[in-house]
Amino acid sequence: MNKDSQKAGRRLRFEIFRYNPEDSMSRPHLDTFELVETPYMTLFLALHRLREEQDPSLQFDFACRSAVCGSCGMLVNGRPRLACRTLTRDIAQTIRLHPLPVFKLIGDLSVDTGTWFRAMADRVESWIHAKLPFDPTAQEARMDDDLAAAIYEGERCIECGCCVAACGVANVRPNFVGPAGMNRIAAGMNRIARFMLDPRDERSGDEWFDVVSSDDGVFGCLGLMACHDICPKSLPLLEVYAFLRRKMLAAALAPRSRAQL
Amino acid sequence: MNPLVTTDVLVIGGGLAGERCAIEVAAKGHDVMLLSLVPPRRSHSCAAQGGMQAALANCAKAEGDNPNVHFLDTVRGSDWGADQEVVRIFVDQAPSAVRELAHFGVPWTRVRPGKNSYFIKGQRVEIEEPENKAGLIMHRDFGGTAKWRACYAAAGTGHAVLYAVDSEVVRLGITVRDRTEALALIHEGGRCWGAVVRCLRSGRLAAVLAKATVIATGGYGRIYGQYTTNAVINEGTGAAIALDTGVVPLANMEAVQFHPTGLMPSGILVTEGCRGDGGYLLDKDLHRFMIDMEPQKQELASRDVVCRHMMQRMREGKGVETSYGPHLWLDLRHLGEQHITTKLREVHEICLDFLGLNPVRDLIPVRPTQHYSMGGIRVNKDGHAYGMKGLFAVGEASCWDMHGFNRLGGNSLAETIVAGRIIGGRVTQFVGENSLSVSTSLAARSLAQAGQHIQGWLERAGSGPSVYAIRDAIAETMIAKVGIFRTGSELEQAVDELYTQLQLVDRAVLRSKVPGMNPELTFALRLRGFARLALVTALGALERTESRGAHYRSDHPARDDAHWLRRTLARWPQGVTKPMLSYEPVGLIDLPPGHRGYGKAESIDMKESIEDYNATVDAAWRREGAQETIESLGARMHWGAWRETQQPPQHKRAS
Repeated sequence: MNKDSQKAGRRLRFEIFRYNPEDSMSRPHLDTFELVETPYMTLFLALHRLREEQDPSLQFDFACRSAVCGSCGMLVNGRPRLACRTLTRDIAQTIRLHPLPVFKLIGDLSVDTGTWFRAMADRVESWIHAKLPFDPTAQEARMDDDLAAAIYEGERCIECGCCVAACGVANVRPNFVGPAGMNRIAAGMNRIARFMLDPRDERSGDEWFDVVSSDDGVFGCLGLMACHDICPKSLPLLEVYAFLRRKMLAAALAPRSRAQL
Repeated sequence: MNPLVTTDVLVIGGGLAGERCAIEVAAKGHDVMLLSLVPPRRSHSCAAQGGMQAALANCAKAEGDNPNVHFLDTVRGSDWGADQEVVRIFVDQAPSAVRELAHFGVPWTRVRPGKNSYFIKGQRVEIEEPENKAGLIMHRDFGGTAKWRACYAAAGTGHAVLYAVDSEVVRLGITVRDRTEALALIHEGGRCWGAVVRCLRSGRLAAVLAKATVIATGGYGRIYGQYTTNAVINEGTGAAIALDTGVVPLANMEAVQFHPTGLMPSGILVTEGCRGDGGYLLDKDLHRFMIDMEPQKQELASRDVVCRHMMQRMREGKGVETSYGPHLWLDLRHLGEQHITTKLREVHEICLDFLGLNPVRDLIPVRPTQHYSMGGIRVNKDGHAYGMKGLFAVGEASCWDMHGFNRLGGNSLAETIVAGRIIGGRVTQFVGENSLSVSTSLAARSLAQAGQHIQGWLERAGSGPSVYAIRDAIAETMIAKVGIFRTGSELEQAVDELYTQLQLVDRAVLRSKVPGMNPELTFALRLRGFARLALVTALGALERTESRGAHYRSDHPARDDAHWLRRTLARWPQGVTKPMLSYEPVGLIDLPPGHRGYGKAESIDMKESIEDYNATVDAAWRREGAQETIESLGARMHWGAWRETQQPPQHKRAS
């Protein structure tokens, strides 16, 4: 709280990317705004105040405002972050905001992550592939709690898109994040690893091999690992990447053991 | 999207209830279109941290649990406001619903056999979990329950369940239109045929015609402004368009739940699991006042009871004063770093991210914060809306009514799945028996009407108030006068103030007229509904001269079963300036009204016998527009089964 009282009252300067594709008169540019900082001010609070007090046309996305829904990824001074949990006291007095790159722009700071992630889910078949249907009369299958915790760890991704936006390769090779390559982007790889770990998913080694082990898959990633550095949920993406490469290498060296992946 | 689209079933709302319902329909081969304000995985269901109640009885502290005990807890928790048949349907199906989610891939926390260390009422206890339960779904303790019953996936249950359910939506190839909002229902002669929708990318309108329409838009907590745990999208849009039909009633809108532990000042929720796992509530003197107030249940009395004790404590000057108002403390420190950073990891992160506090070392500032809407679109047990064929509602948007006047923690997440499954089945049956026989001119008329409404906003100029000023005035009235403690005189003022704000809506002026989705216009289109929901809530609270569950009248402190064992129904006929209220029996009564086992005991007894009361239910509901149900009234009751439970909640012991 002391930290707040020290910094409350700073005059913050916002430089915000503006472009409304639905408006034929609109051209991409930066708009400048000023706002007096208040205690515990986050970019959620600041952007709403700017919209309600200064420019009602300003577009951005928030839903939960508690860093669990993944709506508000944007570039804050060049770095992908969740705006809702970015306290202004932790950043410089001049705050430059851009929409996440790579995704289709909807307007200003709002991008279409929903369409990209649905396509990714389709590409990696991001669901449990069970051979038998659900039996409503049976007790649940048992699972070791440590394994459940490990699966939960991979399940923690909130699909905010920060890793996609931070991917060095994605930013220079547009095709890299197209439908074929969604499985080599961190969010896609993490999803694959999560299902690979889950014994309820009965995909065979061969089926996994086709999804993961090509230049479109884990071997197409150059390993720059900016995704790991910026992930707002601190997912262990470096480990995910190593896990998938190890699995695929093992499969390649011993093709007959693929089924036991 | 084309300006005219047809589908078998239109589901409005992409949270858990809407998605689970859509899955049930799509799995039977029907065409489903799912609308969502945001990509479905960003729905507010993802924010549920704590758990999902289902009587699997898997761990030591759940021993002896079964649906009968769950039934008792839920009806008592509701303060007898719930429909007991719906509660029965719910508790019987919850175990299978949880297991089905395991099949969908939810990484439920599992039973670890051998010695486990827990905190119970502040004491560290060691409990032996039996070997024969190893690896089954684990439970944790939640408020208002006799047994440990909440199934959970670490501290991200809602997130894990939503991702698993949405994965099924993807697997089934269901059409999802995200960033799309329903502005109005298309209906004629008491039959609903879909909705006029607006794309929140382009601002363009379309008409979606459907054999059946399902509203699953969640709650309306945002009428309390920043004093809510709800996401910014929880503006009650679905309930508002149902109310706009003039014939569909909203039920028990005055039944608004406050959660004891909303974070100061943002209102972000910290889960009930904190207290379930042994967290304390402290006042400014660091005194654990809940021990004095509720010696039996302590911090784990039901939410309404805990909130009132907290508010009372702050009124007595025992709150910590800040520039944002007073708060109390939540203390987790004794739970230890290991527990806080794993089982309560999301709480740990939220405190660090939003306040710079570490709950391993620091106290957490909390206050009661609006959390859940027990009321909503009144539906029968099949989820079919009163007064409108082909319109269904499910989840928090509905008043199905298993929560009555207070919902137990973990029962809402469970409701989304259980009700989504059941009502999805009813919708499936309905579309199998009905065809899409609607004139496209009706769609064109509805579309033109919505277009004119938008044009009206864009053309209106002058010096009228801003839409945000009206929103803020509504929220200030709601939190100040329709909050935890209510009185007749304050509620009268609230109704007047809200009525004034509602009239101002027609004079509000947009400052931005940019093409596209235009965020100010997007909110403006919700504003009338928003104001109407607030007014209906305040009016229901004013008329209900008793205290029941979350509805507490300081001037009528007793629960009055002689007069108020009734559900409020609010309709807003077209062309009328004020809503109309009427009342119906809560439903068939099996467990007679009594003391809940926590909170105050004051109540006024029923005058009639339960048999006489039950005999009135069917006819009274029909008079209010209840649709025919597939099974007859009472078909799912297990009369007297609750008597078989050996352990009422008062007897719960800390091992």
